[in-house]
Amino acid sequence: MNSKLLPSIPLLVAGTFAAPAAAATVSVTIPKINVAEYHRPYVVGWLEPAAGGQARTVFVWYDVKKGGGEPGTKWLSDLRTWWRKGGRSLKLPADGVSGATRAPGTYQIPLPANLPAGQYVLKVEAARETGGRELVSVPITVPKASGSATGKTELGAVTVR
Amino acid sequence: MRCRHALFAAAALAAILSSPASAHRQWLLPSTTSLSGTSEWVTVDAAVSNDLFYADHVPMSPEQVKVWAPDGIESKIENAATGRYRSTFDVKIDKPGTWAIGTERNGVMGTFKLNGETWRVGGRGRPATAPGAGAPGGANMQRPQGAAPTAAPARPQGSGPIRMVANVEDIPAGATDINLTEVLAKNMVFVTADAPTMTVLEPTGKGLEFQPLTHPASLVSDEPARFRFLVDGKPAAGVNVTVVPGGKKFREAEEAQELKTDADGVVTVQWPVPGVYWLNASAEDAKASTPRADKRRMGFTTTLEVVAP
Repeated sequence: MNSKLLPSIPLLVAGTFAAPAAAATVSVTIPKINVAEYHRPYVVGWLEPAAGGQARTVFVWYDVKKGGGEPGTKWLSDLRTWWRKGGRSLKLPADGVSGATRAPGTYQIPLPANLPAGQYVLKVEAARETGGRELVSVPITVPKASGSATGKTELGAVTVR
Repeated sequence: MRCRHALFAAAALAAILSSPASAHRQWLLPSTTSLSGTSEWVTVDAAVSNDLFYADHVPMSPEQVKVWAPDGIESKIENAATGRYRSTFDVKIDKPGTWAIGTERNGVMGTFKLNGETWRVGGRGRPATAPGAGAPGGANMQRPQGAAPTAAPARPQGSGPIRMVANVEDIPAGATDINLTEVLAKNMVFVTADAPTMTVLEPTGKGLEFQPLTHPASLVSDEPARFRFLVDGKPAAGVNVTVVPGGKKFREAEEAQELKTDADGVVTVQWPVPGVYWLNASAEDAKASTPRADKRRMGFTTTLEVVAP
């Protein structure tokens, strides 16, 4: 019996990594901003290992449909921190990552299910045409990720649970 | 036109030669150094002035400017125009990676004596009178067409005491007290579309070179940047590096940093504020490759964008 059980332990461990992470969701609030000229912001969320390492983009909302001489991708570099930390190496659109810009409101985005356990910082950055730019950081521990932070201008609450 | 360009070139070389504290600085200011995608252009201002990046002195000639695409292949500037104080040109950034845009100048400068009078070699300095007064546009700066001075020639009409030949070959046989310095000067800016690359930053092994350990497209104000400088391909200790933030008129002081490379040729730069910075490195040695020159002066200049975190 024992000899049969042992090999299956690594598989079980791998399973426990994935299950709680799959349950984690980030909710991002795009605030309503009263200005004469409002454009929906470009918003990106990514995970950085707290000890440093490659950033992993979770979602990026931009003007996916705009083509021509000034495609919607042109302003992705305005998300300047994400751009520097790896956005500029990403091929877009990317399945399960890129999406259209969102109107003010609160949105739920699942965090990747296959995140190895550890400490991370979830970063959410927003940049708005003719508007401002803001970066919100939420330190989390995977599994059982939870945490919250709130932006002051371009972002509202960013909550992981 | 040629006279005007000679004047720009002279001002540019003078800017390279003069000490960092005093000087007219040559600068290239790209509209951005970081682009998303390959359907964009950058437009660049180019000038020589004291304050950065305030064009109030002379333009750089766009004719000197070269462009290298991320694959190392030479590209081109477009829509060049020269204004009173600054020139401007565009570069189509149609390949992903890091581009280099700028000037590479090699020259010889110095003096010699002929019949008791001092002559200059190379383009340094200006005509003693203003361009347009007397000799048009500094006629004494043009290369004498096959007419090296054999005896003390007549002074150019209306100009001052500067006697000059353009090249080392023009130094006459009877010259004495020959004192020549080879000058190698680069002024390069780096523009990156999508992910940064290093091809245009690969050292060639000649003169003073910039080897960024922190890529110019990855500068952020809360992280120090590390840059290595090489002379003839080897890490160069003791290179003087001046770092100046733009926009002095909006502060009390220039806030220039005067730094030196360490034993590994590395300088670590802290950025007091986000913004556009001018960086100049200079070094001198005795390894001139030009015949009769006994000193070599090398300069490297760039403009760096440092974003807020």
